[in-house]
Amino acid sequence: MRKISLDKLDQLFAEISSKSALYIPVDTAAGAKFEKYDGTKKMSDALNTVRSAKDFFFPQTENLVDFKVEGKTIEIKETVKEDEDFVVFGVRACDVKSFEILDRVFLADPVDNFYKNRRDHGIIVSMACTRPAETCFCQTFGIDATAPAGDIECHKTTDAVYLEAKTDKGAKLLKSLNALTEDADASAVEAQKAQTKEVFKKLPLAGLDASAFGDGKTNEFFNAPEWKTLSESCLGCGTCTFVCPTCQCYDIKDFNTGHEVKRFRCWDSCMYSDFTRMAHGNPRLTQVERFRQRFMHKLVYYPTNNEGIFGCVGCGRCMAKCPINMNIVKVMKKLGGNK
Amino acid sequence: MSIINDSLIPVIGVVTDIRIDTPDVKTFRVVTPDGKKAFDHKPGQCAMLSIPGVGEAMFSITSSPTNTEFMEFSIKKCGCLTQWLHAMEVGQQITIRGPYGNAFPVDTEFVGKDMLFIAGGIGLAPLRSVINYCRHYRDKYGKIDIVYGSRSMEDLVDYKEIIDEWVKDDGIDVHLTIDREQPEWTGHVGFVPNYVKELGFDTNKTAILCGPPIMIKFTLAGLQEIGFDKTQVYTTMELRMKCGIGKCGRCNIGSKYVCKDGPVFRCDQVDELPDEY
Amino acid sequence: MQEIKREDLIAKAAQLLADGTVDRVIGWKKGEFDYDVTPAVFTTKEELENEFVWNDFCGANFSKYIKKEAEKSESKVMAFLKPCDTYSFNQLLTEYKFDREKVYVVGVPCNGMLDDSKIKESASGISSVTEENGKVVVDTLYDGKITLERADVLAERCANCKSKKHAAYDELLGTEGEVLDSKRFDEVEKLEKMTPDERFAFWQNELSRCIRCNACRNICPACTCEKCVFDNPASGVENKAISDSFEEKMFHIIRAFHVVGRCTDCGECSRVCPQNIPLHLLNRKFIKDINGFYGEYQAGAEVGSRAPIVDYTKEDLEPSEAVERGEENA
Repeated sequence: MRKISLDKLDQLFAEISSKSALYIPVDTAAGAKFEKYDGTKKMSDALNTVRSAKDFFFPQTENLVDFKVEGKTIEIKETVKEDEDFVVFGVRACDVKSFEILDRVFLADPVDNFYKNRRDHGIIVSMACTRPAETCFCQTFGIDATAPAGDIECHKTTDAVYLEAKTDKGAKLLKSLNALTEDADASAVEAQKAQTKEVFKKLPLAGLDASAFGDGKTNEFFNAPEWKTLSESCLGCGTCTFVCPTCQCYDIKDFNTGHEVKRFRCWDSCMYSDFTRMAHGNPRLTQVERFRQRFMHKLVYYPTNNEGIFGCVGCGRCMAKCPINMNIVKVMKKLGGNK
Repeated sequence: MSIINDSLIPVIGVVTDIRIDTPDVKTFRVVTPDGKKAFDHKPGQCAMLSIPGVGEAMFSITSSPTNTEFMEFSIKKCGCLTQWLHAMEVGQQITIRGPYGNAFPVDTEFVGKDMLFIAGGIGLAPLRSVINYCRHYRDKYGKIDIVYGSRSMEDLVDYKEIIDEWVKDDGIDVHLTIDREQPEWTGHVGFVPNYVKELGFDTNKTAILCGPPIMIKFTLAGLQEIGFDKTQVYTTMELRMKCGIGKCGRCNIGSKYVCKDGPVFRCDQVDELPDEY
Repeated sequence: MQEIKREDLIAKAAQLLADGTVDRVIGWKKGEFDYDVTPAVFTTKEELENEFVWNDFCGANFSKYIKKEAEKSESKVMAFLKPCDTYSFNQLLTEYKFDREKVYVVGVPCNGMLDDSKIKESASGISSVTEENGKVVVDTLYDGKITLERADVLAERCANCKSKKHAAYDELLGTEGEVLDSKRFDEVEKLEKMTPDERFAFWQNELSRCIRCNACRNICPACTCEKCVFDNPASGVENKAISDSFEEKMFHIIRAFHVVGRCTDCGECSRVCPQNIPLHLLNRKFIKDINGFYGEYQAGAEVGSRAPIVDYTKEDLEPSEAVERGEENA
């Protein structure tokens, strides 16, 4: 384990950003947000960013391919990929875990090469949590916020940041920073971890249990009458899906610039009325079915297809941002019977 | 810097022939610009076709995999993209990617079986690929029955191929029906589900069903009435799709993605899915 | 602190359900914490007693639900409306969005609602939010009890409240308030004092955060189109994402134009924005201009009033004068 004192953190950022693009969470009028380090930005102490870190690998919009259409002929202009490495500093355990959930979708055969390309070039420097919010429930899904992993795992104490490499990629980066860091023993980190774990036990959602859900539970929950009341005030907006680190549904659309046609992919939301609409009908006609889809996907369908792993990481963003305060915790409590 | 090579990026296809099947169905022949088949497929699989700037959608490949020269798509005019496709002339380029989805188990479960194909309207399109595959490897399968119905004589897809080729084959019985009487029609009149019951097939067959949802529902019930088990009946499903590879998240029925785990399902498997299709 | 107690509201709702006046009640349901209340429909006294909540976080405007629930109701639907909500209510009636006879409005006085995101700026690990001696007391996991001034954590729209007087009700609980002389245009004036370039940069920065979740549109009581142009693939402008930065600004500007004269300034758009974009400022600029050009007009103050923008009178400003005055403001 290495450490760097807090007052030298800017030097660390300067060093990393001299070799590759570096993103750190910074405070803005709209809450914390990952921004590219420019030599002056200060790292936010906020528990989490408003938008999740999935943008780094699965951006809200990205160009897939361009077409030049002339008369009856079409020319395909392939997309060039960036080969530059980048570092994301300060990713919380929930978001680190969300990459694993996204990987199981995008890296499954056939691999999504747009996503894979960014994953290959991205280095994740995580940050352990010390002050979880009342909306945190990552522990429900077996996530240890005091051991967030990533390529390098960081722990911030009152005077220093401790860094430990967790992968080869991380070890290489950490080694390149040796001149700025010093060897450290783990005692300060261990003490902090123990303290934080005590806090986690006291969180209001500490007892939230997902075991009622999971692999093979489709028929048990699909026709539950509770979906109707749970969804009754849902506005059908996409806030929950867009702030969610694991929501990965997308649309593919064409945009005619007048010179060429850009085919781009963008985030989509199962909460939207046209998500499944076809020329001859729509299998999810009301918000009840759309609402059910979102939560069944996270709590049942995804685990069914992924060895029981849930499609939620308990980051609490949907709890903070839903305009009508409906969220996965309320769904789990109502349907799963735990209060 | 290098080029991203991804399954979402299509290749160019050239429309080399357009056949008018019915007032609202046309069959398009597609090859690559250098005159080859864009890719190989199995019976029942689909491809994403698009006109850049108009849209992209999933269509079943109606030609048999045994056709090594080109692919065919029988497409009904029903939305924005299909309207555009119907307005195309020979020589038009489109984009194509695939193949997507599972296929009918023509080389496993179907081998040695008597086959019963039942289709309504444009529902013949996905079955044509299987029927012609079975005709090509005729010895691998038992007797073949085809029940096909449409609103009217004019709405029968592939009518010429049915009359010129299928009915002339040995060991293939074709049973055509139309919904309402027409002066020039001498064949059967009536809906497909009833016709299937009237024909009263022996139950030692594998049935493949494709057509409008209401037809599938009543035909399946009819088949069960005459003694078929759901494990003997296959169908193919359709939902809105964007990626074709089980990632964009919209064509699922429960935990199954129609584009990846389907479109071919055995009817007992369909029963296990939640009722949302 | 709110004047009316939760128990009084439950008693009123239960009575109306019991005597058959209404068969459903739109109210607020308690959440996991003190601040995350959800609009909900109640049909029995038991449901009300178990889950109904009335506190400083009942800010949500029920307009979007009244239409839906009135259609379902066999007698009437009852809605608790705060003064600001009644303006949206009247505006929807003006646009014939529901049948007045199907709704029973119980007016509730409002002392202003709190903004949980403002509280979270000063408190983390919130266990409870209560009120003691007119101050907001937040119990936290880390720093014990934190006492905040109510004014500091009041929702923006409540700090600039335009009226404590209900514009509509069938029955009123508590004391009626007055239309207030609000300072709601102060922020607009600040924007007007900017140079065009500064103002462009301001909105560029604010709107660049938009994630196109449509929360602002879906909550907006004035956005009542059966099919929004931005959801209609045949419109040519349907989009779920930013195809370019210009297009993104257009979404909000077109929306603001579309609700001109119908926006009651309820502030829901800004409340729900997950990216904290001050969308209400766009609408307020329009309201301020209408007031300046055509005389004071408050959408939803009464049923059936015609917004100056769609109501021709001979005294109306000539377009050239409007441009001139616009330039003076700019």
